[in-house]
Amino acid sequence: MLTHTERWAKAAILEVQEYVQLLAAVGRAVVTPPFYRRDVVLQFDAIGIGSLTVVSLTGFFTGAALALQTGQTLDRFGARTLVGQLVSASMIRELGPVLTALMLAGRVGSGIAAELGSMAVTDQINALRALGTDPVRKLVVPRVLAATMMAPVLTVIADTFAIVAGWIISVTSLGVGSSTYWTQVLEGLYLGDAWQGLVKPFVLGLVIGTIGCHVGLGTRGGTQGVGRSTTNAVVVASVLVIAVDFFLTPLLMRVLY
Amino acid sequence: MTLATERSPELDEALGPGSPVVVFDRVSLAFDENVVLRDISFTLIKGHSKIFLGASGSGKSTVLKLILGLLKPDAGVVWVNGERVDRLSEWELMKVRADLGMVFQEGALFDSLTVAENVGFKLLEEGMPEERVWSRVDEVLGFIGLAEFADRMPSELSGGQRRRVAIARAMSYKPRILLYDEATTGLDPITADTVDNEIIKLRDLEETSSIVVTHQLRDAFRIATHEAVRDGNEIRIVTAQGSKAEEAEFIMLKDGGIHFEGNAAALRASRDPYLRSFLS
Repeated sequence: MLTHTERWAKAAILEVQEYVQLLAAVGRAVVTPPFYRRDVVLQFDAIGIGSLTVVSLTGFFTGAALALQTGQTLDRFGARTLVGQLVSASMIRELGPVLTALMLAGRVGSGIAAELGSMAVTDQINALRALGTDPVRKLVVPRVLAATMMAPVLTVIADTFAIVAGWIISVTSLGVGSSTYWTQVLEGLYLGDAWQGLVKPFVLGLVIGTIGCHVGLGTRGGTQGVGRSTTNAVVVASVLVIAVDFFLTPLLMRVLY
Repeated sequence: MTLATERSPELDEALGPGSPVVVFDRVSLAFDENVVLRDISFTLIKGHSKIFLGASGSGKSTVLKLILGLLKPDAGVVWVNGERVDRLSEWELMKVRADLGMVFQEGALFDSLTVAENVGFKLLEEGMPEERVWSRVDEVLGFIGLAEFADRMPSELSGGQRRRVAIARAMSYKPRILLYDEATTGLDPITADTVDNEIIKLRDLEETSSIVVTHQLRDAFRIATHEAVRDGNEIRIVTAQGSKAEEAEFIMLKDGGIHFEGNAAALRASRDPYLRSFLS
């Protein structure tokens, strides 16, 4: 008989093994036919276009709050004019990718887990397999591709909204000149920052898509199970977003600067 | 596009009358410490039926999942149409599944697709020209009497209609083996009769071999003791006569093993206390 700890360890190892197997299956399915182009386009629309509002609002209000907060702090050093530099650098390098990914984990990760989870508990996934269709190719690949490819695009949009919001606050509340703000925005950025701002969301999007699919496909136990999977997908994806960002940041700094 | 009907003459000859289409040889399966199947062996002959009975959790549905290759046995061998499905990869299983149709509990219809799209799903996936797909979908929906429901969504159908659409989806690509997982559970007797009749018609008129998993004794005996006959343009369901009555066999599962195997008459005549209590 296995002890509680042994059972937990076995379940955890199995979970990781299944996740790695899913990643490998996705890798194979991306480069070998059949391809489900229509499903990919539909997912790009659902995940990319569908997340536009939430990501834009997140970027806008984060940029505005950041400008207000940093403006006050920079004042102490007589450096209020540097607010543009601070907003752009922190958004593009760190806050843009992470906040966008967290919003996607909440909106997209949960949606994928709920959708695939419902299909799993109603035997639709098994029905797909019984009809000779590979669920990884038909369901997982379009969602993972859409999450991975749309995350950088959405991050750029969030960054743009944040910088514009920072400009509005700087001009209206902090009394910083418009041209000063934009000059600082550009001066504070290096090419490495732009790359970092694009590579990070790419990896984070992959994490969100694959975790949502993995948790969704593994759903057991009816509607309660679907609820559990949805929560788990958001929690696991959010924690992983923060953790992956932490490990990715020094790596990218070493490579890009 | 290749329908299951268009396969090689050699395979057709090998799978002629009297040949086994599904063989289980000492199959065992356990989930952790829970033994689901223990040393199960049986053979399904082409055109015949096997009806699996047993209490909930006795492993009936697991048998179907093993045939489809959705699960792999821990021990033993599973042959389907001459292929050892227990050792095939998911990719290789796709070919075997082309000749298998499965009706899941509750139907398992794709809820984002219409009835017609559900029925034509596999044909479209295999690249059949759309015109031929919709013509086949019309034909199949007509066969099960749901032609006017083609554009409905599954959520707009009753339980019985969903099961019948699931049967239509399973038969659309003309598989030689049909698997029914609790196809009548939860249905009223009249609707259950309609579903039973479809199963009988497919077995006797389309010559499919079938495995029926159920704990509805009424439906099990109806399928085992009736046959479909053509009477001009009419199809009638009548009491099975002669050798036809012998072609459907019952398998009763208990505690992971086969507790009884035999035809309807033998099952009715059995004095085994467990069978008696199950039948009563």
